[in-house]
Amino acid sequence: MVTNGGGSGDADVSRILSEIETLKVAKSDIERRISLLESQLCDTATTANIEGKSDAVSNGYCPLISAVHSNINHDLTPDSVYRYSRHLLLPSFGVQGQSNLLKSSILVVGAGGLGSPALLYLAACGVGRLGIVDHDVVELNNMHRQVVHTEAYIGQPKVKSAAATCRSYSDGIFCFVVSVLRSSDKEVFSRINSTIQIVEYQEALRTSNALEILSQYDIVVDATDNAPSRYMISDCCVVLGKPLVSGAALGLEGQLTVYNYNGGPCYRCLFPTPPPTTACQRCSDSGVLGVVPGIIGCLQALEAIKIASAVGEPLSGRMLLFDALSARIRIVKIRGRSSQCEVCGEDSAFTQQQFRNFDYEKFTRAPLSPLPLKLNLLPADSRISSKEYKEKIDNGESHVLVDVRPAHHFKIVSLPNSINVPLANLEARLPEISKALKEEEECKADNSDSGASLYVICRRGNDSQRAVQCLQKMGFNSARDIIGGLESWAHDVEPNFPTY
Amino acid sequence: MKSESRDREIEVEGCDAVLPSPFSKIRSLNMQLTLEFGGGLELLCESVKVHKVNVDTPNEAEKLTMKDLLSWVSTNLIKERPEMFMKGDSVRPGVLVLVNDCDWELSGQLDTTLEEKDVVVFISTLHGG
Repeated sequence: MVTNGGGSGDADVSRILSEIETLKVAKSDIERRISLLESQLCDTATTANIEGKSDAVSNGYCPLISAVHSNINHDLTPDSVYRYSRHLLLPSFGVQGQSNLLKSSILVVGAGGLGSPALLYLAACGVGRLGIVDHDVVELNNMHRQVVHTEAYIGQPKVKSAAATCRSYSDGIFCFVVSVLRSSDKEVFSRINSTIQIVEYQEALRTSNALEILSQYDIVVDATDNAPSRYMISDCCVVLGKPLVSGAALGLEGQLTVYNYNGGPCYRCLFPTPPPTTACQRCSDSGVLGVVPGIIGCLQALEAIKIASAVGEPLSGRMLLFDALSARIRIVKIRGRSSQCEVCGEDSAFTQQQFRNFDYEKFTRAPLSPLPLKLNLLPADSRISSKEYKEKIDNGESHVLVDVRPAHHFKIVSLPNSINVPLANLEARLPEISKALKEEEECKADNSDSGASLYVICRRGNDSQRAVQCLQKMGFNSARDIIGGLESWAHDVEPNFPTY
Repeated sequence: MKSESRDREIEVEGCDAVLPSPFSKIRSLNMQLTLEFGGGLELLCESVKVHKVNVDTPNEAEKLTMKDLLSWVSTNLIKERPEMFMKGDSVRPGVLVLVNDCDWELSGQLDTTLEEKDVVVFISTLHGG
């Protein structure tokens, strides 16, 4: 019965609360004792085990985790049997598959759109050791696809957020956690349920640290978002002899393949020459439907699980092409290892030292940690700041504002009274700009004698400069761009203005 | 190119291949092909991904090679930024070419001979994630 206030009701509530408190204390004491006993059990089991007895994981030529890390159980514990029972029930996977998985180590580079689902499944399925590399922080505009992160972690390192979620996934009633902070404090080892270890690398992967990090894992998952990282990770995998599960997604399409597996091709066999930088679009510019990298990331987890458990036929020498819009998945046959490949080919002598010295940013003409482009094409007198533009509005200056973003950007948000003429159509639509200027001049003819000004804006202030160059060439000499575009407007003038 | 893995989902309209004329040694074959663009390359051809096309073999040639097709595509389908599709007489770096779901490296690249109803895919490699 619910009572609305009154002495007896209050007494009931306080009695219940106090009982809950007492039970919680007892519960936590029991849990602590279970943990202690489990840890004793684990230590006893590990000491009792003789190393190196198990069958080899036939994942190409990568070393067994037992060879790298000795503190792993070979047999499934009763808890593991229950936890992974649905895997064990699969005749083609079974105890051997799960046992291989528990002994394997997988490194996921990138905790973004691809890395998120890959990490969730890899953590849940019982990979022995799971490494996560990322240098970035969680942002609100990541959340629609980077499902490993939660809102509570916005502004915090992605690695920290991803590791926390993965731990919660693999954290069961019988879990105990031992965290050992390494001297570098970059890596935190946490052992979960005596089989799963999650290792955090809160740093960008570079030639200086890649060999050291990748060498500690059996399998590498490339979940990065740029060309130089992809070449670097592939080359590093070749040098170290690790299979590489490579996925990519953009817009409504995804691609997936396994490189450097059992004599198969590497990334460079397929793409010996880097593409032009203009062909490397980014999710932050071109957009991406969240579920698309989700699907590719899940498939990456699947391929990594197949290699780690030595079950099935990995997607090597083949590539999966996914087109979400037409609901089509196509699996195509790709070339084998190229004998002329500069890194994995017959005559190649690409060594660890050469890898360390290789400049991937120069090779691909693209940065490893891409920042938004900041062009500076115009002289200072052809540009004004967003604050100066605000003053001109406030002073009632006669002007026309042309927004040169694509039409679908303009629909997201735009400044009042701006007209949308996308850069791609600028030349063809010059008459519209002339007309708008004329109308503005006629409208305010009495308080101005020098004609209406022409301002150009875009998202970040790059296309607006290109547009001003074009406009000035076509005779619109007074055209000026607004420095930093709508982003600077939102930053410096109108903090509530939506950004994207 | 001969292949068992022809895409069965592609609907093929009436077969209207031109038969060789008995009156002339000079014959130009007309070949029906399905061309697909992906990974952003479709933006170069008015955002249309699948093109069912009829391509004539070049003058006096009895076969159509990938080299002929690339030149036909550049002329007839690529509407903007041709440098995003071609480099020299081949595709630009980062573009995979698949003939009947098979990397053209395995069928002779530019020298691959095409056959009626072949499916040719041009796909730009993605880097996003």
